Amino acid sequence: MSESVLRIDDLSIVYRTARGLVRATSHVSFSLAKGETIALIGESGSGKTTLSLALIRMLPAAAQITSGAIHYTRNGQTRNVLSLSPGDMRAFRWKECAMVFQGAQNAFNPVLRIRQQFADTAAAHGIKDPEVVKARTLELLRLVRLDPQRVYDAYPHEMSGGMKQRALLALGVLLDPQVVILDEPTTALDILTQRAIIDVLNEMQKRLNFSIIFISHDLALAAEMADRVATMYAGEIVELAPVAEMFYRPHHPYTLGLLRSVPKLDQRRDDLVSIPGDPPNLIDPPSGCKFHPRCQFATDHCHQEAPPLVEYTPGHFAACWHTDKVAAARSGFIDLKEVKKDDRS
Amino acid sequence: MEGAILGLEGVYRTFKKGRTLIPVLQDIDLNVMPQECICLVGESGCGKTTTGKILSGLLKPSRGRVFFEGKDTTSLRGAAYNAYRRAVQIIHQDPYASLNPAHTIYSTLSFPLFRHKLVKHYNEARERVAALLEMVDLTPVADVIDKYPHQLSGGQRQRVGIARALTTNPRVIVADEAVSMVDVSIRIGLLNMMGRLQAELGAALVFITHDLALAKYFAWEGRIAVMYLGRIVEIGRTQEVIANPQHPYTRVLLSAIPEADPERTRHKQHIQLRSEDIPRLTELPPGCAFHPRCPWFVPGMCDSEVPTLERGADMDTRVACHPLTRGEPLTLYPA
Repeated sequence: MSESVLRIDDLSIVYRTARGLVRATSHVSFSLAKGETIALIGESGSGKTTLSLALIRMLPAAAQITSGAIHYTRNGQTRNVLSLSPGDMRAFRWKECAMVFQGAQNAFNPVLRIRQQFADTAAAHGIKDPEVVKARTLELLRLVRLDPQRVYDAYPHEMSGGMKQRALLALGVLLDPQVVILDEPTTALDILTQRAIIDVLNEMQKRLNFSIIFISHDLALAAEMADRVATMYAGEIVELAPVAEMFYRPHHPYTLGLLRSVPKLDQRRDDLVSIPGDPPNLIDPPSGCKFHPRCQFATDHCHQEAPPLVEYTPGHFAACWHTDKVAAARSGFIDLKEVKKDDRS
Repeated sequence: MEGAILGLEGVYRTFKKGRTLIPVLQDIDLNVMPQECICLVGESGCGKTTTGKILSGLLKPSRGRVFFEGKDTTSLRGAAYNAYRRAVQIIHQDPYASLNPAHTIYSTLSFPLFRHKLVKHYNEARERVAALLEMVDLTPVADVIDKYPHQLSGGQRQRVGIARALTTNPRVIVADEAVSMVDVSIRIGLLNMMGRLQAELGAALVFITHDLALAKYFAWEGRIAVMYLGRIVEIGRTQEVIANPQHPYTRVLLSAIPEADPERTRHKQHIQLRSEDIPRLTELPPGCAFHPRCPWFVPGMCDSEVPTLERGADMDTRVACHPLTRGEPLTLYPA
């Protein structure tokens, strides 16, 4: 794997609330290589959004980072994002690490033309030459398959949701960041619009070679776009693996549970099972492995001791005491031969 | 259709926005057979929710008729009208907005029981509500029955929503995106429970969703109706529609959906649309509303007359597409 641009070490974040400390993210570590796409999957409340907000230090005031470091590397220089000064942090956001938020409908200022919003962003980061900004803006709008002339002078309300989402992607990479964080990039979009966004993102990444961290509860999107996938549960990464490993050889019962609960579009009848129980309470999380109350493989050991994240095959990490049982259970569910046979390439 | 429990015939519905009329539904014919499961799928703004509301009597059509057990519902009065409203119940999308926060679960579920005189007194209502909560697996009942909605999780609330739809022993349940707001891991549990209850109660189920894979899972033995910009463009047996989509829109949709399988989804052939812009409902293109985007557009044919839903040559499904219903092969329009 090529050089890493972002390395997260043992990151823990809590929220102080009236009812107690919410452990939103606990001891999360992973690194992101140049040009790589990592998907963070998990249910609401699993800590995906908290983690991504921490990367650009946009956490709400009630949040506190209790441990860890975020190392960012560009041109051989590595800095800890958590110790940047406020001024450096402002420069870091967008120029080094850009975030495209959920709900593109509201991300643009409704009373400014698109060109103004691109120009303002560039100016805030010291790029004031109008010709340079215009050329870059038009190039990016073309890259996201919008009609550059029309959109450049448009107000946000003149554009559809899908157009706005694409314009937002273009704005996200305006300053040539190395890392782009996408929070649920396609939820609330129609299927055909979603397809256009996926295609545009793939194309942009090929051309501009940025890295992507995207957050989604949609496993299909992860299957389509990610190089590696991290499953989060109750604020922890419980499994991290290359995409094919994750989907065909999951080691963690929660990942297996998610895969088993997603209907597929092929021409057979699905046999789906849901994960029993509800997501855990993060103020008073279960002892040991936090997944044990919902896990069909749980034993006393799981109640007592939290399993460490262990590397089983190169690059495939999982935190579970009973990966052997998971392997036995998945063999009945995921059939690799069928995958090959149905391959419609 | 003979034997349908609920039917729409030539239903139009418009909404007024300022001075413009928005045609949300146009010429919908739909029959719900007893005990069947039928899915309405389509993207946002295609009219699937409006169709569900018209079926359940929450909205009146602007034109066209709604039949319940063969009788026009506008002709129903008094007890007969109440019987219709009782027989068709709806489960709403948002489990947070659809339960009154000031009412306990008991009062939410007992209200329809008293309203429709299905129980006579408090004790009977308590018993019936407890039985309903057990049906939707909200047990132990004593932990839930006197709680307020804010004390329950999203999944639990949606179970209350399902229980409420069951209070009146409905014969048709309209589930409007009933699981789209709950987490993936508990979604299938809710769906399986709805399927089980539907079978136990012998009710028909109209399942409204934007998720074709979910529709396929849920209505495997039933039917799917695909909607686009206010019209049904394809309707047929689920297995047939998924394996053998006919209408260009259905084909494009199925080809565009990412799947939770890296190999398969990355090798999928995506059909390219001619245009990515969705026309506004207020500026619908002439003829087939899909023609400006359709890869198989035939000039002169598709842009002049609105296609009607017909059985095509050698097909079980019905489609609204000029070339298909005339038995002509689809040919790609030159880019």
